[in-house]
Amino acid sequence: MRRNMTVRHLRAVWGILRKDMKAYYLKPPNISWGILFPLVWTAMFFVKTGREPADIAGVLPGMIALSILFGTTSMLAVTVTFERKAKAFERLLLAPLPLGLLVLAKTGGAILFGTVNAMVPLLIAFGMNGLQQVDWAGLFAAVLLIAVVSTFLGLFIAVSVNEVFEAQTFSNFFRFPMIFLCGLFFPVADLPAVLQPLSWMLPLTYGADLLHGAINADAMFSPVIDILVLLLFIVLLFALCLRNVHRRWIS
Amino acid sequence: MANARNIDVRELSKSFGDIQAVDAVSFEVRDGEIFGFLGPNGAGKTTTINMLTGLARPDSGHIVIGGIECSCNPKAAQHLIGVVPDESNLYPELTGFDNLCFCGALYGMPARERRDRARDLLELFGLSNAAERLFGKYSKGMKRRLVIAAAMMHEPAILFLDEPTSGIDVQSARQIRRLLLDLHRAGTTIFLTTHQIDEAERLCQRVAFLVAGRIRRIDTIDNLLQPVRGHEVMVFELSRQPDAELAGLERTFPSFSFSCGAPGQLAVSASRTIPVAPLVRYLDECGIDVLEARRQKMSLEEVFVRLTGIEAHRMKGRK
Repeated sequence: MRRNMTVRHLRAVWGILRKDMKAYYLKPPNISWGILFPLVWTAMFFVKTGREPADIAGVLPGMIALSILFGTTSMLAVTVTFERKAKAFERLLLAPLPLGLLVLAKTGGAILFGTVNAMVPLLIAFGMNGLQQVDWAGLFAAVLLIAVVSTFLGLFIAVSVNEVFEAQTFSNFFRFPMIFLCGLFFPVADLPAVLQPLSWMLPLTYGADLLHGAINADAMFSPVIDILVLLLFIVLLFALCLRNVHRRWIS
Repeated sequence: MANARNIDVRELSKSFGDIQAVDAVSFEVRDGEIFGFLGPNGAGKTTTINMLTGLARPDSGHIVIGGIECSCNPKAAQHLIGVVPDESNLYPELTGFDNLCFCGALYGMPARERRDRARDLLELFGLSNAAERLFGKYSKGMKRRLVIAAAMMHEPAILFLDEPTSGIDVQSARQIRRLLLDLHRAGTTIFLTTHQIDEAERLCQRVAFLVAGRIRRIDTIDNLLQPVRGHEVMVFELSRQPDAELAGLERTFPSFSFSCGAPGQLAVSASRTIPVAPLVRYLDECGIDVLEARRQKMSLEEVFVRLTGIEAHRMKGRK
């Protein structure tokens, strides 16, 4: 009986994930956004900093983190807020699927989308200098954790607003400061002392640190600490999202 | 043990701030019946359906669906129910066929089973030719039919329909009503909210009249119509307003009741057949031309107006 239920739930989760892929993520505008956006970031940093191709590893952690952050949060603003607005999300809430699984299914596509986004600067960098010194296991763990935490951050924003434009505006309120505060392109230690506590409160700081460690071996913290803090953020954001869905959507 | 296809609601209440949307509502929907929930817009119909289906939390009261107590755990009975919301909320980016398969997946149906079921339902709902068309390209009537088909994918024992024929053409509405009767014959319990009284009269075995969040009356259509049986109403369209002639009409025809409805309209009711000729002659002598005279069938609408004091045209206002 319990096994039968689990299989039914898994089918529902897979169904939601497949539907989101088909309806949103695999649409040409989103594919081009997923490729172009990281491509432009990468090109911009090279032109602006005038670095040699061999120095790409220096900006790679920042580019990967940005690609994931913007990819995941932008997509959730559409897939969740838009569906909510069109009342299509009610269809999901009516399904005999635990809310936690529904949220996981809904975010699964964005996590995958963010992970694929991260591959664009990574492939460019790999083509340019081979990335000989990279700790690949650490790098992929970092990519996955950043994708998950950014997705839940996007979901937290999406369930806090009613309109797609509000979700985008609210997202930018978090996203743009993170570019400067999370040690993506320069160390947190170089920030004014008054801003540094803000950095420690943002999950991307730990994700970027994990990436710096995996790509350039110049992390501030041990990978274990970064991973634990990221997991803590993931659990907290997930719980907050569930609470908000309950309070705002099943009122 | 309660029957697997019935709904039992006791003292259900829900407020939004100062507004009491649903106020201590109690009713039972019996196994296999079509139960109508009638009321004007804002009466609390959608709030009630949302509480029954798990989209809203009741402030108080008990809900038992198919023998499962779900006031505290609305997910518990969701596998038993299918819901047709008041808006056609399927995915415009997916085809009709893909939409149905997706809805089957939400209920854990295996891939092959949901494909077969989707084809069967598309056939049943006359949408086979549009199976591969995007839902966004469907007409309103086709959308409503597909939304009902989507609710039927997992073969629910109980079907909730919120204004299923609202805003669609006459032909599609008739087709949907036929489909609902077919489902009823197959044993599905149907909970139907509507503000179209004639629709409820045609489809339902029992109805509840809901006004301002409270149930005014629940009964079978036959019992509700009992007090108006034998009554007759004639409506005259006149060349001018007959207000000044009302007293004279009542003196001359003491067994009839007269009332002025819409401008230039005179309604005459009686508990016996109303002869038209004497009335036309009298009005003619008063200098009023009779443009049209029609006999009105006494219907559930009349019962609703008598019980609630709400005129039928207010019910028909679109959402």
